[in-house]
Amino acid sequence: MDENSSARLKRRLLGIVHRIGLFLAMLTICLPGLWIVLSSLRPTVEIMAKPPVWIPQEISFDAYVSMFSGIGKGGIPVIEYFRNSLIISVTSTIIAVAIGMAGGYAFARYRFRGKSSVFLGLMLTRTVPGIALSLPLFFLYVRLGIIDTHFGLILAYVALNVPFTIWLIDGFFRQVPKDLAEAAQIDGCTRWQAFWQVEFPLAGPGIASAAIFAFLTCWNEFALASQLTRSVSAKTLPVGLLDYTAEFTIDWRGMCALAVVMIIPALTLTYIVQKHLVGGLTSGAVKG
Amino acid sequence: MKGFKPSAPFLLLLPAFIVLAAVVVVPLLLSLYSSFTPFRLTKPETFFVFVGLRNYLSILANTDFWWAFGRTVLLLTIALNLEMLLGLGLAMLVEKATRGQRILRTLMMFPMMFSPILVGFQFKFMFNDNIGLVNNALQSLGITQDAIPWLIEGHLAFIAISIAEIWSSTAIFAILILAGLLAMPKEPIEAARVDGCTPWQTFRYVTWPFVMPFAYIAMTIRSLDVARAYDIVKIMTDGGPAGRTELLWTLVARTAYSDGRMGMANAMAYFSILLSIAFTVYFFNKLAAARTQIGAEW
Repeated sequence: MDENSSARLKRRLLGIVHRIGLFLAMLTICLPGLWIVLSSLRPTVEIMAKPPVWIPQEISFDAYVSMFSGIGKGGIPVIEYFRNSLIISVTSTIIAVAIGMAGGYAFARYRFRGKSSVFLGLMLTRTVPGIALSLPLFFLYVRLGIIDTHFGLILAYVALNVPFTIWLIDGFFRQVPKDLAEAAQIDGCTRWQAFWQVEFPLAGPGIASAAIFAFLTCWNEFALASQLTRSVSAKTLPVGLLDYTAEFTIDWRGMCALAVVMIIPALTLTYIVQKHLVGGLTSGAVKG
Repeated sequence: MKGFKPSAPFLLLLPAFIVLAAVVVVPLLLSLYSSFTPFRLTKPETFFVFVGLRNYLSILANTDFWWAFGRTVLLLTIALNLEMLLGLGLAMLVEKATRGQRILRTLMMFPMMFSPILVGFQFKFMFNDNIGLVNNALQSLGITQDAIPWLIEGHLAFIAISIAEIWSSTAIFAILILAGLLAMPKEPIEAARVDGCTPWQTFRYVTWPFVMPFAYIAMTIRSLDVARAYDIVKIMTDGGPAGRTELLWTLVARTAYSDGRMGMANAMAYFSILLSIAFTVYFFNKLAAARTQIGAEW
């Protein structure tokens, strides 16, 4: 009896430690973001106050209003930046995932000569730092006349995303046992049907997670975008963020507001897709 | 059946090859060529002057370059190791949680949604010596009276940058390791427990070998993308104070776009490319080894 109760006590203590650890970790993760949201709603005087004002005295949406009220009123063309970001990210994600699915399937299901080297070669194209790649691309895009266009950035982002989309999707196809597709083929499916009706649904969550990664990479990319775009017609949100910094001053409040505008779509998208993300990975159907 | 019939994997990989050749390989050949010229943006005719290895030789003799190189390697070593450990810890904490796992997972991915440039701004704001959250908190709690010059003193700036970097990238490790933990069959763990393994032994010999490939996938994805530290540093300190946080990438950008010395910048860029390749090849080999260890087909 005594042993039982001490074991119970130990378990309860461990549970409490676990909760505290979890709370601290989540606090560290969330605090910077929450601080940005809070700062975007406070007047600049309060942000600059010394000694600091911890509890907001007044909440206002002025930063958002002035942000959307156009150039010259302390605003920047957020709507245009937002549109550019959305068009570029969505288009390049779709293309990259399509190419990645074909490539990932090739690596997961076929044997061919030099497989590892080809795979490594693909990855190595991704290792090229954005800033290093921007030097020749800048030069080429100026010559081809596609600098400062949606097309130019989409092209660059597809190339940026293809290698690790292939990487991830390959890994997820690998987790789907070959036997399932073979069984479907024995039951009369063509290889094409077996792919779409058996392997694709099972690898679906992995493909979704690859799409999230690709989308976030495009949505957040700065090194290439800052050199390959110049005007409102193609600048994306990360580049637009720089509009808030003058030579020596930074409009913290406006910047925080734009940061919130940038994060909301990413947050929404991730939340929608992430329920598919892990569910299919826990291989319930696959084991049977 | 006549003529050349390409194999299925070749056809499946062809779109990827075409895009990568057009956007990465060909431009890089161009930049390799221009690294042997004294090319300046302001003088287009210099593109056709060939100077051999002169750019490379002057880089090798440049102490600023070597400092930036060493600092970059140091930052990567510190950041990648801590991110791996913290990501593993975070994934295990979330995996153990019995309630609200979905919301925890979403929160866990939170930093990943932040653009590196946003992370830079955010931490620049928080580490601001005058109005930043960190100093305000330290002063309000009475830990220190002075404003700590986080981004103004060289070593502190390096620490601040590392913190920003780690905050932003731990999520990638956590989410992939968590995916590994969740995909893991429960039977081996139960068997180990029945056989009398301690929790540490269960972790070390059952869980870890299974999760390791996932951790190395995360590691490799990170090593593919190490240069995103450029965005963070660019915003937080822009290489300052007095070049104390200058990384390879900020140096390349400065040489290329501020000084307009494209030839020299391309030569430097090749060093940064080689560095990234070294990191990736290293982790790729680790991944292959980890996969063979758990008997996965490679």
